Amino acid sequence: MTELNATTTRRRLLASAVGAGAWVALADSTNAATDDLTAAVSRFAGGASVLKGRVKIDIAELVDNGNVVPITVSVDSPMTAANHVRFIAVFNEKNPQRDVVRFSLSPSSGKAMVTTRIRLATTQKLVAVAQLSDGSFFSHTVDVIVTLAACLEGEG
Amino acid sequence: MRTLPGLICLLALALVANAQTTTRQDARKSGFEFMGPSTQAMQKDDTLNPGMLSVKDGEALWQKPAGQSSKACATCHAAAQSSMKGVAARYPAFDDALKRPIGLSQRINQCRVQQQQATPLRPESADLLALESFVAMQSRGLPIAPTADPRLEPFRQAGGQRFMQRMGQLNLSCAQCHDANAGGKLGSSVIPQAHPMGYPVYRLEWQAMGSLQRRLRNCMSGVRAEPYAYGANELIELELYLNVRAKGMLGETPGVRP
Amino acid sequence: MARTLINIPPTARRGEVIEIRVTIGHPMETGFRPGDDGKILPRNIIQRFSCRYNSELIFSAEMFSAMAANPYISFFTTAQNTGTLALTWEGDGGFTQTENVTLTVTG
Repeated sequence: MTELNATTTRRRLLASAVGAGAWVALADSTNAATDDLTAAVSRFAGGASVLKGRVKIDIAELVDNGNVVPITVSVDSPMTAANHVRFIAVFNEKNPQRDVVRFSLSPSSGKAMVTTRIRLATTQKLVAVAQLSDGSFFSHTVDVIVTLAACLEGEG
Repeated sequence: MRTLPGLICLLALALVANAQTTTRQDARKSGFEFMGPSTQAMQKDDTLNPGMLSVKDGEALWQKPAGQSSKACATCHAAAQSSMKGVAARYPAFDDALKRPIGLSQRINQCRVQQQQATPLRPESADLLALESFVAMQSRGLPIAPTADPRLEPFRQAGGQRFMQRMGQLNLSCAQCHDANAGGKLGSSVIPQAHPMGYPVYRLEWQAMGSLQRRLRNCMSGVRAEPYAYGANELIELELYLNVRAKGMLGETPGVRP
Repeated sequence: MARTLINIPPTARRGEVIEIRVTIGHPMETGFRPGDDGKILPRNIIQRFSCRYNSELIFSAEMFSAMAANPYISFFTTAQNTGTLALTWEGDGGFTQTENVTLTVTG
């Protein structure tokens, strides 16, 4: 695994170089956004553990425009009085604010599926979290690529 | 011709003629084809299409009396679904008084001033876009049909020359991107063929409805050229050229575009 | 009054799960965007959408600045009795609007 060693050596060299501060700072800023997102999800779940699965985000991998991004969140649930989805919340990683939307459903919803259109400032992760009637939490995380549109408005 | 060789000759000619017609396929594609599936879905469904908000506003304005005449569009034109069918498809059209082509929004304002004795609506105002969208929607699904009026020809040619002319700091012509490089990429965006169907359009970038002129001005900003003013002759001539270039393609208003 | 686009099936069978789709015209000004003078434009968004079916709250959405302009929401409910679906949007600046739609249930 010569390549791996070369990379590790290069990293060590960088870390010890003058530019080390900048390198570390860059790594920190990426992690900070993800940490914020994790914290937001955790707050929503009241500290309870959030399991992966049951929730599915349907969204384009590469969006035409970050201003209007269609998204569908569905949860695998029988939606009976005894077993249904109470809330579906969506969080983002890099917008100015983590919250996107929180839906409240009821047993009479029949189907745990919501569709809306959201704004994404840049390429980032999205998390949908569902709270079930038994108090458990499930989530799904996706990566969405957002690029600038062509021919933007000028001063005219 | 009764002779067998003559008949065979005719048949051969007919077959060749047919072959030529079927192989010369229309390579023109609407901007719709260059969008992602979710944006396409937004345009196809009238509940999803944000442009329909503007169309519905236009439908209400159509019935609203305006100006000193207290006449509504409906007073003279009755139901737009019949009276306006096919109208947008042939605009820009030649105006006898001005002796030059005018766009649909200018025609609407002419009606407001001359027939309704009302003040003209500002370019890109919500009301003007709403009326234009409502009228243009009555040509949805109909082929773009610029009139064969010979008086339009010099203006169409002027528009065509401008389409081929390099402009701006980037020194690019419309043709260089939209004729020569359509289907390619500008950054991460796919370059469409620049057909005028669907306008006024809900552009996701604007998060609002806008006219073809607004989009053309954006193009000009894009190549770092000073955009022509709204209502400028240069913009109408370009619109006319684009319409003739798109002749036969189907109307889509209200369109959705990135 | 903002323009709305509302799509519900004209009739439904009792017990059928139906889709309700709504759009409302609203700029959803985020509160993070600078205006032409460089100053941040104040937030002006719809914060809450709710649906009451014969007065019973069956669905709601708490909306934030990350919702797109002219917000669209689609959700499902089970058709029970013929009655009114009251769709309400509430937001900044005291914005409030309710549209009532009749749902006819057969069987």
